[in-house]
Order: sequence, then structure tokens, then C-alpha cells
Amino acid sequence: MNGVHDMGGMHGMGPIAEDKNEPVFHQEWEGRIFAMNRAMGAWRKWNLDASRHSKEVIPPAEYLRMSYYERWVAGLVELIVQSGLTTRAEIESGAPASGSVKAVPALTASKAVALVEKGVPASLSVNVAARFQVGQRVRARNMHPVGHTRLPRYARGKFGTIDRDHGVFVFPDTNAHFLGEKPQHVYSVRFGARELWGAQAGEKDSVYVDMWDDYLEPA
Amino acid sequence: MTTTRRDFLTAAAATAGAAMTPDLNHAHQHEHEHQAVPSDAALRVKALESLLVEKGLVDRAALDALVDTYERKVGPRNGARVVARAWADSAYKQRLLTNADAAIAELGYGGLQGEHMVVVENTPKVHNLVVCTLCSCYPWPVLGLPPVWYKSTPYRSRAVIDPRGVLREFALELAEDVEVRVWDSTAELRYLVLPERPEGTEGMSEEALGALVTRDAMVGVAKVSAPKAGNAA
Repeated sequence: MNGVHDMGGMHGMGPIAEDKNEPVFHQEWEGRIFAMNRAMGAWRKWNLDASRHSKEVIPPAEYLRMSYYERWVAGLVELIVQSGLTTRAEIESGAPASGSVKAVPALTASKAVALVEKGVPASLSVNVAARFQVGQRVRARNMHPVGHTRLPRYARGKFGTIDRDHGVFVFPDTNAHFLGEKPQHVYSVRFGARELWGAQAGEKDSVYVDMWDDYLEPA
Repeated sequence: MTTTRRDFLTAAAATAGAAMTPDLNHAHQHEHEHQAVPSDAALRVKALESLLVEKGLVDRAALDALVDTYERKVGPRNGARVVARAWADSAYKQRLLTNADAAIAELGYGGLQGEHMVVVENTPKVHNLVVCTLCSCYPWPVLGLPPVWYKSTPYRSRAVIDPRGVLREFALELAEDVEVRVWDSTAELRYLVLPERPEGTEGMSEEALGALVTRDAMVGVAKVSAPKAGNAA
């Protein structure tokens, strides 16, 4: 979707404020919501792409007003309500609905440590032919899906070169909406900075964008 | 559905609005410190945790373990060890640049948000910079969770269109003839910059080299400084 989260190339966001020696979590609740996202994800009612999309649908003005972890709160509430793990009424009241059966947590402390150490690979060991070869000139599709996509607006319609082929991965545009993994190759595509931004950009500079087969067409 | 969702988001937005000035530039960097009264967000998250625990959906011990892991165990010291090894051992460096996952695993690192690693090398003629314009993708096993500035709208919006200006804000001025490569983490690949080894570090131990390497240098917004005279071990 053409949301405000897709902000590469925007102006007016102000200077970068670097905080030397900042803590990992600035307040205790930030760590709790971070951990709850992982723990609730273990119910496998949604996936990483759906989780990203849950923050993209926050209305733009609110997205910009919220702190980073406030977006996580909004996103997680959406996911757990939509998936039926809790009801909206339970969120508002803070108490389980009367008569609801208590579950057994999907993620224990030992499983949490194993999850961190092992990770969740998004690559797939299925044999799918690559549509493009390293060194090939390509064009990023000019497309504007209303759902989730990882094709940033600044690259759409632009010409680039396949720099490397990373293998076969889950396709976020379908996976985020539970429409299947649609396995396909992901490439690093090199775009000249001037192709993206015109003469103001450095002549030798470039931006590498990771792109799925479905984002590209031959040029 | 839409109405109730808006209600929640309005409440969440009110939380955000109460806690900060409307100036986007401040982007929440500082407002959370030293609050005597819990913020609305803190209360809301506490209520959510209680509900999920009561429903048996989350185990508090699992939350504690996750917080503890990222507060104490995973951080940029891991990445610094990888960089120091690459500086000290050219065969390791080759493995790191060609098969980063396996090379990083040699030092015992890997896992969540580092499943598919790519290491890009800075040289006198090439400077690499990592960003995630769409959200906050970052190589957790080697750098820990990202700092606020990396996730902030100023960095996300400008790193791709004005990398040299961004670097100047980090007090790094690159010569015109240096090629800047910006890596936008739009997929599941996670990027680590291998900074240039500074002059005057010949003969230093791997451990001493690692102590020079900063998080910022491994994101590409800084260079690694040479040790001060007399510090070389």
C-alpha cells in the first residue's frame, strides 16, 4: 500500500537525533510489548509479513505521531483481535470473557531462547527457476497494490541491474494476506542514484534494493 | 470493525500525543526518561500483558527471557568480534564476504533476524550504508536491537536520497570520489558493514581490535577510529 511507512526519499522529517549510550528499551513497557509480539507470534495465527502490515495500516497521521513501540502495541492488538485470540471487549476491559477457557502458552521461556537462537528462515528449499540472471538489466514494475508490498515507491518504474541472486524466499505480498507463500527468487538490484533521484545525486552512488521476481520485468 | 479499530487507534494516538510535542523532529527520543507517573502506554501494555497471561496465551517467564536476551546477551559486541576476526584473518574475511551466515555462525552467532546475512566491505573507494526505509529491519544477532535513530523517520526517509547529507550529520564527510552504496533492507536479507581497518592497528590482538569497532561503523554511519597513541596492544 502507498502508506506513509514507505518513506524513502521523503523530505521534511527533520534532523537525525542520535542518542549516545541509549538503553535497549527506553521504558520497561517497550521490552514487554517487544516480547509479547514474539510470544503471541508463536500461536502461528499470523506471519512476519502480516505483522509488518498491521503497522502499515495505522492511519498516516497517527503513524507519524506514535513512537516506534506504540506502533507495535497498535499492531499487536489488531493481530490478536483479528485472529480471534482475544476479543475487542477483552482488550477494552482487560479481563477474559466470562466462561473462556484458559490456554497453555505456546511459547515457554526455553522455547523463547531456542527461537532467538535458531531464528525463522524465510528462505524456502524449493526448486523455482530464477526469472533473471546476475548482470541483467531490469525494470522495477510500476505497480501500486493496496495491500502489503516490499517494493518501495521510490524504485517503481526505475531501471537497475541484478547484482546478486539470494535464492528462493516467501513472497510477502501474498503471505501477509494469508494467500500463500508463492516462492520466488529474491535479488539485490542495483539502482544508480541518478536513475532514482536525478542530477542532484552523486554520479557514482547507488542504492541496492532487495526485490522479488514479481517486482521486476526485463528491460 | 472499522469503528472499533479507529477507537483503539485514537486512544493510542492520544497516548502518543500526550507524551510528546507535536514536533516530529523530536521523534520520541527523549520524552520517556524520568517519568514519575506511568505513561498511558505503560498502563495499556501492562493491562494487555495481564489479559494475555490470564487467558494463558503468554508465559511471563518467556517474556522475561526475551527481554533479558536482548538487554544483556545480544548486542554490537557480537558484530565487533566478527569484524575483528575478519581484520585479523584474511581467509575468514573471504568466507564472511562470500557466505556470511556460515562465517558468522563460526563465532557462535545467528538466529532471529539474522537468518540471511550479507556483509558488505568498506574500502578507501567504497562506503556502504544500511537502512530499512519501510520499517526497521536490522541484523539482531550481530548488532542487537536497532537504536532509535535507525528506526526514526528522518533516517529512514533520507538515507536513500541523501546519504552524504545523512553521513555529514554523523560527522562523516566523504570525498567526492568515494562511491556510496546504500543497502535498503526491503527483504529478509540483513546487512552488516565491514568497516575499514584503521591505520596504526598493526600487531593489535583480535580482542583489542574488537574494542575499537562501534555499532555505528557496522551500520555505515561512521568509520572506525585509530587507537589513541600508546593504546596499541
